[in-house]
Amino acid sequence: MAQGERVNFKNPVICWIDERLPLFSMMHKEYAAFPTPKNFNYLWNFGALSLFMLVTMIVTGVFLAMYYTPSTDHAFNSVERIMRDVNWGWLIRYIHMNGASMFFIVVYVHIFRGMYYGSYKYPRELLWILGVIILLLMMATAFMGYVLPWGQMSFWGATVITNLFSAIPLVGNKIVTWLWGGFSVDNPTLNRFYALHYLLPFVIFGVSFLHVAALHISGSNNPLGIDVKSPKDTVPFHPYYTAKDCFGLTIFLIFFAVIIFFLPNYLGDPDNYIPANPMVTPTHIVPEWYFLPFYAILRSFTIDIHIPFTHVVLISSKLGGVILMFGAVLLMFFLPWLDRSPVRSAVFRPLYRKFFWIFVATSITLGWVGSRPPEGLPVIIGQIATAYYFVHFLIILPMLPKYEKTLPLPNSISEAVLKGR
Amino acid sequence: MAHPPSSTSDQTCGHCQQGDEENDSSRRDFLTLAAGAMAGVGTIVTAYPLIQSMNPAADVLAMATTEVDLSAVKEGQSLTVVWRGKPVFIRNRTQAEIDEARAVPMNDLKDPQTDQARVANSKFGGKDLPEWLVMVGVCTHLGCVPLGQKPTDPHGEFDGWFCPCHGSQYDSSGRIRKGPAPKNLEIPPYQFTDATHIKIG
Amino acid sequence: MKISRPLFCLLFLIIGFSTLPAHADENALAPKTPVAGWPEDGALGTYDRASLQRGFQVYKQVCSACHSLKLLAYRDLTELGFSDAEVKAIAAQVQVTDGPNDQGEMFQRPGRPSDNFIMPFPNDQAARAANGGALPPDLSLIIKARKGHEDYVYSILTGFGQTPPADEKIASGMNYNPYFAGHQIAMPPPLTDGAVTYADGTQASVEQEARDVVQFLSWASEPSLEVRHQTGIKVLLFLAVFAGIMYGVKRKVWEKLY
Repeated sequence: MAQGERVNFKNPVICWIDERLPLFSMMHKEYAAFPTPKNFNYLWNFGALSLFMLVTMIVTGVFLAMYYTPSTDHAFNSVERIMRDVNWGWLIRYIHMNGASMFFIVVYVHIFRGMYYGSYKYPRELLWILGVIILLLMMATAFMGYVLPWGQMSFWGATVITNLFSAIPLVGNKIVTWLWGGFSVDNPTLNRFYALHYLLPFVIFGVSFLHVAALHISGSNNPLGIDVKSPKDTVPFHPYYTAKDCFGLTIFLIFFAVIIFFLPNYLGDPDNYIPANPMVTPTHIVPEWYFLPFYAILRSFTIDIHIPFTHVVLISSKLGGVILMFGAVLLMFFLPWLDRSPVRSAVFRPLYRKFFWIFVATSITLGWVGSRPPEGLPVIIGQIATAYYFVHFLIILPMLPKYEKTLPLPNSISEAVLKGR
Repeated sequence: MAHPPSSTSDQTCGHCQQGDEENDSSRRDFLTLAAGAMAGVGTIVTAYPLIQSMNPAADVLAMATTEVDLSAVKEGQSLTVVWRGKPVFIRNRTQAEIDEARAVPMNDLKDPQTDQARVANSKFGGKDLPEWLVMVGVCTHLGCVPLGQKPTDPHGEFDGWFCPCHGSQYDSSGRIRKGPAPKNLEIPPYQFTDATHIKIG
Repeated sequence: MKISRPLFCLLFLIIGFSTLPAHADENALAPKTPVAGWPEDGALGTYDRASLQRGFQVYKQVCSACHSLKLLAYRDLTELGFSDAEVKAIAAQVQVTDGPNDQGEMFQRPGRPSDNFIMPFPNDQAARAANGGALPPDLSLIIKARKGHEDYVYSILTGFGQTPPADEKIASGMNYNPYFAGHQIAMPPPLTDGAVTYADGTQASVEQEARDVVQFLSWASEPSLEVRHQTGIKVLLFLAVFAGIMYGVKRKVWEKLY
């Protein structure tokens, strides 16, 4: 990557290392001198914040792992021991527990930012796909991590979600038994979830590296969505964006600290402070907030589709819900090809801008529906919102370029900045 | 890298296309293919024990059969026992419940099955014991434990069981009647060892 | 100052998600907050030591007959303001099964501060058998494990003695309590006026006993609350200064550009 363009470092030790392994030259090229559009707004902080959260989760997780016991008999009490007896254990555990929520907040903002400014379009399609892979890995990691404290919600959440695979025709039940390592969620399940929960963050780290590498090939998008045309459009990453990211980080940390120290259980479910009991189902099983929109989509499919004029069920409501839910995530992979408008940023796409905000509202509505019991009005609202979710991706986005009159693009970033845009 | 970058302005994927002319002999071709095949087979064979290791282990598979004494369960009462880590519902049904279950037309059922078929194993010494309904108490939707074992529990609209998770309703034969569950409550393998004892598994 | 659209979008998302309504309630009455509130509430909340000690007395003399508190050890009681000697004496009042000894037999010995609270029943089955099939839940995390938290437990404890509506039949062995899901609770009214005699002379009304024991159980659920609040204030002060400095740095760096 950086060979041939080594920087002359004054420090003899750094210079000596760099001559043999040009790590510092690479860092200089990719993080210090790296030309970055000068017109980022604060939404561009959320990539750096995601990386910060990933590191925070790995570090706190390693320390928790020193005390956690992955066994159905001891898991719950070992977590309580961390909370009560381990020095500062409560702090590390609350950081990790709420860190998952923070990670998802930051990543969801990052994703919506990418959607608003068209960051998934050429030449950044692969960058976007790597991001969706990271999201999927995060979901798997968060799901398995939530099982570890072995509370009621841990157990029943794991039961409900792993049972989704039983919807697969023919081999479904075999797959579920294989996932469980038994005939119900039990000790083997807890053990393998722990093993994978420890492994996957490092996979996320690897994919994040590729995500950043791809970003450094194409360069960053920017709020105007137009390409960088001259050096006047950019500033070196350091000190401009290191300073801006660090300032954003301190503001984010204030928000994070308020949650950790004053509302640590606000985002959690009280039922998870009851030890897991396979014989008693909680009256209302809800996943953590960051899964609620997908949970709502899962439950929105309430009818069986029959082969016409027979009683043979072609797609049961269960299988239908599972297909919809996975479809909702997988659809994101195809976003770069569903939206073919040549203009990236919603700033110059008046129609898309409106539909973007309707989509955001739909996602939040789905989250609300996911938190309600599946009866009455929320079911209908959930079905409408689910339908709209798919209409947005499959109909509105492909059709928009035909009807939308985009606004004139500025000639360059520097010109727009001078005009005070 | 065999191909030096031609020009920086090149935006097409020209350098992704392969243009190498083949000059290998067919013998080397075969050897390469064979080596590749061996490596592939080796990888798959190695992966097999790893994937298989995640299936239930021998001690889990050696599911102890559960013996249950039913003499204490009066008519209209239920008992929950544990088998393979799952609850098994055993109910001593009233005649009214049996009649209700047998009066249901097959067309009304999502997963058609007669009540007679569901209690086919409830017999001893040539005598049918249709009052004994034995089934796995795990909702076929997403694995919750339905309510209805205790007299104070909700029984749903069909005098059977009601799943609190997503509202599936089962009738007095444990068949799915309403809600998202696709199938009737599962009947485990069981047999009566005498008039008041059953062996599950 | 005009809020920029991206910032608005961020706020919208955070507020949108954080105001998701709580889950559906059962048919139970919403728990009520006592007039005085709870001293542990709020960013600077602390526990009331005198109330904690009285609450421990209520637990020991009333609740502990049926309810375990197994995540707590006697040594934890020093945090209530008891001295080491007092804790030692409290622990010594109970008999703990230990062993096996050199003969291979289990034996009974007086409790030590390092022992966990003894349980009223050896296991859940014994607890059910002794309580007509109902299991008295462990109270170690009861405040954190119930929606409504302190208010809920307080409302249950003070919610007995009301006449059920005509259309609600109370099964035998059950008690009417409108704050409980289903309105029928197997626990008989545990507190009565004067059920305990407080050493500090506080009037032992049902409300006072409930308030004290809820305070005690709240501490049992979350013993780290006070140090958490104190640390939180320091962390926030530090971060506020840090953020201010970082803002200055950012301003200074970007000034050069324009």
